[in-house]
Amino acid sequence: MEDLKNIANNIRKDIIHMIYSAGSGHPGGSLSCVEILVALYHHIMDLSDNDDGMRKDKFILSKGHAAPAYYAILASKEYIKKEDLVTLRKYDSYLEGHPSNKINGVDVSSGSLGQGMSIANGMALEKRLSHKEGMVYCLLGDGEMEEGQVWEAFMTSNKYNLSNVVAIIDSNGLQIDGTVDTVKKLNHLSNKIESFGFNTVTVNGHDFDELIEALENAKKSQKPNCIIAKTIKGKGVSFMENEVKWHGKGLSEDEYKKAMQELGGM
Amino acid sequence: MKSTRKAYGEFLVEEGEKNNDIVVFDADLASATQTKLFADHFPNRHFDIGIAEQDMVGTACGMALSGKKVFASSFAMFLAGRAYEQIRNTAAYSHVDINLCATHAGLAVGEDGATHQCIEDIALMNVIPDMKIFSPADEMATKKILKQCLNINGTKYIRLGRSDTPDIYSDIFEFSLGGSHTFGCGADGTIFATGMTVSLALEAKTLLKEKGIEVRVVDLYCIKPVDKFAVLKSAKETEKLISIEDHSIIGGIGSIISNVLSDEYPKKLVKIGVNDQFGKSGNAQKIYELYGITVENIINQFG
Repeated sequence: MEDLKNIANNIRKDIIHMIYSAGSGHPGGSLSCVEILVALYHHIMDLSDNDDGMRKDKFILSKGHAAPAYYAILASKEYIKKEDLVTLRKYDSYLEGHPSNKINGVDVSSGSLGQGMSIANGMALEKRLSHKEGMVYCLLGDGEMEEGQVWEAFMTSNKYNLSNVVAIIDSNGLQIDGTVDTVKKLNHLSNKIESFGFNTVTVNGHDFDELIEALENAKKSQKPNCIIAKTIKGKGVSFMENEVKWHGKGLSEDEYKKAMQELGGM
Repeated sequence: MKSTRKAYGEFLVEEGEKNNDIVVFDADLASATQTKLFADHFPNRHFDIGIAEQDMVGTACGMALSGKKVFASSFAMFLAGRAYEQIRNTAAYSHVDINLCATHAGLAVGEDGATHQCIEDIALMNVIPDMKIFSPADEMATKKILKQCLNINGTKYIRLGRSDTPDIYSDIFEFSLGGSHTFGCGADGTIFATGMTVSLALEAKTLLKEKGIEVRVVDLYCIKPVDKFAVLKSAKETEKLISIEDHSIIGGIGSIISNVLSDEYPKKLVKIGVNDQFGKSGNAQKIYELYGITVENIINQFG
């Protein structure tokens, strides 16, 4: 687990460095999902190819604004070059502000919220139809649960009992206009999703033991899976934690230095 | 006489027999879109996602991204309209190889009325970068175009109708991306048409000939990319230019032809179609008369 923690810390430094270099981006929701991505890409997912030349396990970043975290994790697995990360959002870069499938390792573009879970279901259905191995993981935001299409997709997961699908909700409790509770209210989220036919579990989204246990259990499940990962928006940078204003905002030089210092230096 | 949606359903069964990779999605309209024909033959390759077009497009894209040859259907209103952003962002922007087959396009839906008469779908699809749009006029065109679509990579929108259309094409005709078909070589005028209105244009051509007026008809079965060469050739070789479509003239083939003309060979075009209005309930033919989408209206332009 120490290794995973080190990787997570390096990913956080990459995120801060990228967003500082870009002058804009989404630090809060990128920092909140770091452990989820590290657990998936460095412990859970089988990134080798099936006979069809496509990865066994698939991942969709439905909350596409966490692109900095996604790109950093892809660089950590050498899908993209680490030195390219600082080109995020620049006009001569391929690293779009939100994920594009022009990028190696990205299967589908995302960023317009609510669309990823449907795509995940389609991929999972194809695996079943073609008798292919592997799981499909979809990372959503809790604010994103306000999009109706997510619930349409949950009904589809249930209809086809897609036990090879895992929805992971980065539940950091904040969205652009305030807390998720004040903007729309998701009360009893876990019960709601369970009632849609899912195995649902709530974990500490910054605790590798809890995340990995939940993800391992999902692989053995007989039903569609949902992991509600309780997280802290802006996790790891004290002045960003639980602050709505750090949803989408660049850093000043002072803020950058302070953040990097907290994360253990440049 | 057969509707293009029926031709679509038959095509799916014919191809589905030969190709196990063909997978079909619907959104609780399988009987109407005719994908039920495929479902009856290949139930494990037909997915009814329910009344959830946005989810259907996303799910279909996930299937297509994993390598299947996917056809997804609903009424034009709910596919191009309700799922517009899913088509733009999930399908087209990601270059998903998928066939979006929209039935019940235009005023010809008839009795269901304005909420179901999509007269904006060509405009909506045309502004999406790299989208490919087909609008077949009859059974043969539908089946041949859909066959072509299996070999055209990318996001395709195929506009199909509810009502029966007369047979226009025989088996010797070929259809291609960016192509069109010109009937006749008259120099007095060109009638540009697509889908349901091609047969009206051809009827007008015959009646005009009886009056000594020689026109040609251009079937824009591929709306995007549009056959600029054919548009410009007709503009240069014929006197009067008319377009007729079961769609809003704002953003429909009239607009698309006008764009080509204004770029390269400015010339007046009379646009027949829906002029900034919603549709209404009624018998399809009566509705066409109310909105001026008629053989008589074409002929009157030469009066």
